[in-house]
Amino acid sequence: MRARNVAAAIALSFLSGSGFAEQARLGIGTPATSEQIHGWDIDVRPDGAGLPPGQGTVAQGEKIFAEQCAACHGEKGQNPAKGFDRLVGGKGTLATPKPVQTVGSYWPYATTVFDYVRRAMPFPAPQSLTSDEVYSVVAYLLYLNDIVPRETLMNAQELKKVKMPNADGFIPDGRPDTPDLTCKAGCN
Amino acid sequence: MAMALSRRRVLASGAALAVGGVSSRQSGEARAGSFPPDVPDSMHEQGHSVLSPAYGLPSKFEKDVVRRIREPRATDTESFSVTPLQNLHGIITPNGLHFERHHAGVPEIAPDQHRLLIHGLVERLLLFTMDDITRFPSVSRIHFLECSGNSSTEWKKSGYHSVQRTHGLLSCCEWTGVPLSTILVEAGLKPEAKWILAEGADGAAMTRSVPIEKALDDAMIVYAQNGEMLRPEQGYPVRLFLPGFEGNMSVKWLHRLKVGDRPWYTREETSRYTNLLANGKAYQFAFAMDVKSVVTFPNADRSFKAPGFYEISGIAWSGRGHITRVDVSVDGGASWQRASLQDPVLDKCLTRFRLPFDWQGQPLEIQSKAYDNQDWMQPARSSLIAARGTNPRYHFNAIQGWKVAADGGVTNAST
Repeated sequence: MRARNVAAAIALSFLSGSGFAEQARLGIGTPATSEQIHGWDIDVRPDGAGLPPGQGTVAQGEKIFAEQCAACHGEKGQNPAKGFDRLVGGKGTLATPKPVQTVGSYWPYATTVFDYVRRAMPFPAPQSLTSDEVYSVVAYLLYLNDIVPRETLMNAQELKKVKMPNADGFIPDGRPDTPDLTCKAGCN
Repeated sequence: MAMALSRRRVLASGAALAVGGVSSRQSGEARAGSFPPDVPDSMHEQGHSVLSPAYGLPSKFEKDVVRRIREPRATDTESFSVTPLQNLHGIITPNGLHFERHHAGVPEIAPDQHRLLIHGLVERLLLFTMDDITRFPSVSRIHFLECSGNSSTEWKKSGYHSVQRTHGLLSCCEWTGVPLSTILVEAGLKPEAKWILAEGADGAAMTRSVPIEKALDDAMIVYAQNGEMLRPEQGYPVRLFLPGFEGNMSVKWLHRLKVGDRPWYTREETSRYTNLLANGKAYQFAFAMDVKSVVTFPNADRSFKAPGFYEISGIAWSGRGHITRVDVSVDGGASWQRASLQDPVLDKCLTRFRLPFDWQGQPLEIQSKAYDNQDWMQPARSSLIAARGTNPRYHFNAIQGWKVAADGGVTNAST
């Protein structure tokens, strides 16, 4: 009996030690085709991976913004309706008691603006803008924040080159950042 | 058809004569009340029938035990509701009271129309139906889920006196699903795999980057909650669940997992869910929910009424492990007593604590301080603010004080 338990324990520890790579596949699920994946694969990274073909201008973005974005975010992204995000301004406020965290003052990557507008905006009709329209809106927002010039023709190559003002504003999780968070004695 | 046999209804309808054997003794008597020596009405009649209703509901006398919004927001879909912690007992949150945080409302998804795609740095690109997902070996675990914005009002002076409003972005359920590692084995991770993007099928296409270590540790693909399929507000038909991590990462209505070699820096891990410090820098990828506790009785809705015995009670939790100790003070932190911990005490789970207390009618400030088995403890609010300032919107876990006035009224001590 005892020997059998020991053997079982050894077998168990072998199983758990062998871990992830040794788990058996179960043959569940069906292969996804590249066409299926293409329809859903909308994410964009700071290195530009995932940015689609297409292009847009500040002028086109200004028109789209006025029609589809300004009702919530305010004219020129400055004076949003109550409860909606301000998108422009806020430079120099992050280290003050009233930080204004906008695309221009806070967002570290311009590609994130593309990714977010494409997936979640405009609020009443997400994923309704074409790639050209998203490039245009992003160009306009970056222009309003003095990050790109008005004549910018925005596309994948241009967007991944954009350096955001607060790109270096983020640091790793610093916790425990006060001695009062960790217990030295009598913790249990 | 099933019919409730109600004596009063029968008598009132004049049908009494038709019902043989029904005594008219009580019917002629005025019913004085429910308390002794009077016999309660409920003992003189049949109650409601079975299946009234088929899916059971709380007593109508508990109608005020509901989720609430803290303040009206610009929209009803990019919004949140808070759990009535003041009304709950033990550690489990009933499904209908689980807090909500939606960024584009609650989608209605038919399970047979739902697919989970896994692609990116995997050997096999796979689509799963809900039937596929529920075929995998499953596990059930009890874990809390806390929005990292919970109690964020307390960085500044909140003015909220209700624990529902200060701490109600917190719930705890038994979650059933498939270990994410099992799904990853099925797809086969490539050696470069370091992060996984999880995306929801809602109008926000909610996305968060999850480190591979967490994915292979205790992450789950969850389809059931407290014994029944997920509620729509909790991600029906399937969600990601990352025990102990900030709630936003447990992406609801999960429909896509993309394996990559670096994080995506989505809007929800840059513009939001980063912790802006006083010096203008911000913590990024601060995932674990710190050890925390709060007294839920007495509370602003229900408190001491007269001097005498009461049980002070509350909940404690840690996203890093299990609770080892909770101390309670009734004098604003000048002295502490150790509370008893109600079993079970589980990892990354609410733990109920209790302390017997004899109230003499004096004003109090009640606080609780929790410790976990990873040697973390709950800090004073002043320490947290000294370290981070008052601008972070997330990860506030300081000691909460409640003032109890001589009339029993409870108010937030940090207002």
